[in-house]
Formats: sequence, structure tokens, C-alpha cells
Amino acid sequence: MAIITYREALNQALREEMRRDPRVFLMGEEVGLYQGAYKVSQGLLEEFGPKRVIDTPISEAGFTGVGIGAAMVGLRPIVEMMTFNFALVAIDQIVNQAAKILYMSGGQYNVPMVIRGPGGPAHQLAAQHSQSMESYFYHVPGLKIVRPGTPKDAKGLLKSAIRDDDPVIFIESELLYGTKGEVPDGDYTIPLGVGDIKREGRDVTIVAYSTMLLLALQAAEELEKEGISVEVVDPRTLRPLDTELILESVKKTNRAVVMESGAGFGGIGTVIGEIISEQAFDYLDAPVERVTGANAPTPYAKNLERAKIPSKERLIAAVKKVLAV
Amino acid sequence: MQKLERKELVDLLRQMLLMRRFEEKCAEMYAMGKIGGFLHLYIGQEAVAAGAISVLRPDDYVIASYREHGHALARGCDPRKIMAELFGRADGLCKGKGGSMHLFDKTHNFLGGHAIVAGQIPIGTGAAFASQYEGKDQVTLCFFGDAAVNQGVFHEALNLAALWHLPIVYICENNRYGMGTAVERATPVRELYRRAEAYGMPGETVDGMDVLAVRECVGSAVERARRERIPSLIEAKTYRFRGHSMADPGTYRTKEEIEREKQRDPLVLFRDYLTAEAMIKESDWKVLEKEIRVTVEEAVRYADASAEPPVEWLCTDVYVSER
Ligand SMILES: Cc1ncc(C[n+]2csc(CCOP(=O)(O)OP(=O)(O)O)c2C)c(N)n1
Ligand SMILES: [Mg+2]
Repeated sequence: MAIITYREALNQALREEMRRDPRVFLMGEEVGLYQGAYKVSQGLLEEFGPKRVIDTPISEAGFTGVGIGAAMVGLRPIVEMMTFNFALVAIDQIVNQAAKILYMSGGQYNVPMVIRGPGGPAHQLAAQHSQSMESYFYHVPGLKIVRPGTPKDAKGLLKSAIRDDDPVIFIESELLYGTKGEVPDGDYTIPLGVGDIKREGRDVTIVAYSTMLLLALQAAEELEKEGISVEVVDPRTLRPLDTELILESVKKTNRAVVMESGAGFGGIGTVIGEIISEQAFDYLDAPVERVTGANAPTPYAKNLERAKIPSKERLIAAVKKVLAV
Repeated sequence: MQKLERKELVDLLRQMLLMRRFEEKCAEMYAMGKIGGFLHLYIGQEAVAAGAISVLRPDDYVIASYREHGHALARGCDPRKIMAELFGRADGLCKGKGGSMHLFDKTHNFLGGHAIVAGQIPIGTGAAFASQYEGKDQVTLCFFGDAAVNQGVFHEALNLAALWHLPIVYICENNRYGMGTAVERATPVRELYRRAEAYGMPGETVDGMDVLAVRECVGSAVERARRERIPSLIEAKTYRFRGHSMADPGTYRTKEEIEREKQRDPLVLFRDYLTAEAMIKESDWKVLEKEIRVTVEEAVRYADASAEPPVEWLCTDVYVSER
């Protein structure tokens, strides 16, 4: 076990997979010479050269399409979005082509490609640079959505995503790149669609991922001191979603709070809340609570941004609400 | 173009100086933590916005990218309200909700700063479409960087503008880099203005360090757009003296290159020109410097004094019907 950053973990996954399989290549804006806008691809150009670490012009729709075509005929592209907000420029390619080609071709052509980069709010980046983009994609059949919250998960899941035969949307976070954690030595993978209990508890289940996972773990720690035992479930991938793990936890604790950084309307909390009420209704001692971002674009002003993004305090209040304390 | 009177020439110089000192102050405020998020300075490119926007009428439109402080200032937006916006305060141009990359000012027909590269190009084209539709003789100036021409929407927008004879002038500020990617690493056709040929519209290149040359070139294009409804693409060759944003490793260009480019500092060139033409004296320059210093200090004071936007504003301005 080594302690490394989330950024280094991703870098290792890229490096190891590129060493393992010559069909894997990385393409995107500033991934090479600049060493990555967020330094995730640091050193890869030096090791693999410009044939496999490809700097592109700012043409998200164009190079995403290039990735799709290359994947259809046998390569395994990793396309970096400098931030996921820019994937909207390529959303036609992702939703109308990548997600549907396998289906439309009657199973003849698959698209083994990873589209990755940071998403979600960071520090005062304002409306066009702070979106939690997963909700744009988990609605689409044909796409897989990964949202890792720790270095270990980031590395293991990215390796699985690269080896996966479907298009995978892999959303990292600017705020997590510098965070550290233990990562197993050697080659390991974490399967897509398998969640993880990040902390065991008895009284209430919090479902949270990515940056919100860190807040959930802090909240759990604080609540522990007040005698409240919190179980934190990290789904890690939103599609496929490990509903079994979530349901199991809720059946044990009988209470659930779902947290996400994006706007609440149509958020993942509605989906998880619905799954719980459909399949574990009789186990619930309180309605499922949701802690979400406000239904507004992300404002620039510091104080408004703070109000927009869910906080630990709001999470603690929600936990107390379902416990009626 | 008509020859400018002394007063107008000095106004141009004043504007460029304001942009320069304003941006320097922004860098300082960013270092102090008063400005957050991404901050892209306009230092080195002042002659483009100043020269181009100087030919407009108040009812014309301007739209730009996230590197738009200079354009907003040239358009006459209140420096105090810009600074307050950068501080994220209630009295900012956009109530603190937009920040550095999203300055909008309806009172000046300033259609905003846009932070999705090339995102503003079709939007500006839409403004020109509206002028056309309503039979007005307004013109839109649409600014973007050299890297934006590689986006699909650049092509789509210019095609439509040419097809529909829209009154718009596209100004590509070629500062030679999109972040760390040099133009020649992004496109094989380095004369970006030549892209105009594909749409059958006039394409021209101009020295973006020479404010009067920019004014002349954009002036003719604006007249063409206004009178004959012919859109144009202008490539202004310029250079940014600072990093792409405040976080820039600077690994992609040499110090020597930057120093060489600084020999053509547009502000110094214009000041020296006016001095040589006996339009200004050393003492006039000192007076200008002082005046601008006061303006910039005043902007900071105003921004500092402005309150944070109230939290009740978080969900306002989302829908018109819920305002
Ligand atoms: C669609 C999109 N992709 C990537 C980015 C990240 N990004 C912001 S500015 C920039 C470079 C743009 O360069 P250029 O158009 O030359 O303008 P300049 O910054 O030089 O003014 C990049 C890659 C973005 N904002 N939008
Ligand atoms: Mg540029």
C-alpha cells in the first residue's frame, strides 16, 4: 500500500493501461506538452510519445467523434475533457453516436472508449464551469457513468473503464485531485457497478459519491460523537448502479439520506429515492431525505456559491430529520 | 476612415491605459484573494478592443470570450461595477453571479463574456440576425481567440452569416496561443483570416498591436456590414504578455519570446506615436496616469464597500416567471 494523491492514482492507471495495451491512447486539449490542464497526464507524453498522447485543437465534438470512430474499428481511446462542462459541445457525439452505435448496428460495432475529466463545482468557477454533469449522461441507455471519490477507487475504476467494451463517462473532480489515500500495490481493478460501504453504521444510511462523499464521512464522524451511527454508502458508479448494496444498507438502518452536489430537480437522489421507496418501503421509518445543490446555476460570488452547494451542516440536519432528533 | 482629432486620439490612449492598469490591479487583487475563480488578463492585447470598439455606435452589439475585461471597459462599462463583479459583490455588473468570465451589461449592449470556447460566436451571429430581421442598421462585433476557430460552431456561424448577409464583424484575436497550444499546433492553415474564403466573405489581417490600424481595418468592415450587409472575418495579430490565466506553468513559450513581443507593447507604441506627432507631451501622460490611477483605486474602493449578494438571490434570475 502506498499513500498517493487522486491525481497520481489516475496517472498510474493511464500509464499502466497504456503500457499493457498498445491500442490504448490518450487524446484531448493540453494533455501532452502542457502536461494536462490538471496534471493528470503528467509525464505521459515523455513516455509514450505524440502518437499516443495527442494534443488536439479545441474541437470537442470533432475529437470525440474521432475517438468513437477509432473505437469502432478496434482502438481503445481515452478522450480527456479539460472539464466535463465542455462535453456539452460534444454531447451529440456522445449521446447520439457513442451511446447508440452498438444498439443501432444490432450488436455489430461496439465503442470501447473512455471519456474522462473533472466535473462538479470547484472554487468560484461560476455557472459554465461548475456543473455536476453526471445527470446529463445517466439518463442515456448505452453509457456507463463512473464517479470515483478516493484515489484507490479512481485508479481501480479507471483501469476497468479502459478495459470495458462500452463507452464510459468517467467524471473526476478538481477538488479531489490533491486528496490523498491508500492505494494497493500492483495491478488491480474495481468492477463497474459495484458500490462500497465507506463506513459502517446502524442508525442511518447516507448515499454520497465524489466530493460529497468526503463531506458525508466528516458528517458521520461528527454525528458519531453525538451517539448517531451513520453508514456511508458510496455507489462509485451511477450506471450501472449498485442498488442491492443501497437497499441492503437501508434495510439495516431503516433511514436514508441521499446527497449530491448538482441541482436537485431530476438529480440522482430522485432516482435512488424512488428505488428505495419501491423496493424497501416497508423497511423505512422515515421518508428518504435528499441533500442537493440549489436549483440555480452556480453563482460566482463566494457566499452564494456556498449557499448553492450542499454543506456538511445541511447533511447533518437531514440526518437528524430522518432520525427525528 | 476620418482622421481623428487630438481629443479622440487621447481618448483611445486613455482607454488602453485604463485597461492596462485595471488588469494589473486585478492581478494584485487576485493575489490577495479578493478575486477568485479563473482570471484571464487582457494585458498586451489592448489595442484590439480599443481600436475595434471605438468605431461603434452605442446601439451596436459587442460579444466576447472570458478574456473580456478590456472589451467591457472599451464599451464604456463602469469600472467600479466590473471590479465589484470580480469581487463577487451585489453591486457588480451581474450582481456577483457572473464573475470575471461572464461580464454582461445590457445598458451598453454588451452581450457578455462567454467561457465555452467559441460559444459566443453563434450567439453574436444571432444578434446580427436580429438586427437584420428588424431592419435595423446595427452591427455586431464578435470577438474570440485564435483557438476558437477550430470549434465546429465557428464554421457553422460564419457560413450562416455569409449565407444570410448578416451585419457582423468577426474579430479573431490571434495571440498565438490557446492556453499552451501554439496556433501551428492546432491548425495547418496559420493565416486564420483565410478561413473567410470558405464562406465567400472578406477576410483580412491587421497588426493588433497598432490601435489605429485596428481602428481603420475594423472601421471599413463595420461600414461594409452596416451599409452592404457583408460580414467579415478579421484576424488581429497580437500577443498576451501574461499567462493564459493566473495559473499558467509557462512551459510552452520562452522568456526571450515574451521579451521580444513586449518590444511591441501596444500601449507604449501608441504613446510614443502620439508623442512623436506632438499630440501629447510627457506631462499629459503623467496627468493621464494619475487620472487612471484614481479611477482604478475608486473601482477597488467601490467593490470593497459593496455588500455580498444576499443569499435570497441564489434562486432568483433562474426563470423570468419566478423573478
Ligand atoms: C469548449 C471549451 N473547451 C476548453 C476550454 C478550456 N479553455 C479555456 S480558454 C482555452 C484556450 C482558448 O484560447 P483562445 O481561443 O486562443 O483564446 P485566448 O485565451 O488566447 O484569449 C481553453 C482550452 C473551454 N473554456 N471551453
Ligand atoms: Mg489565443
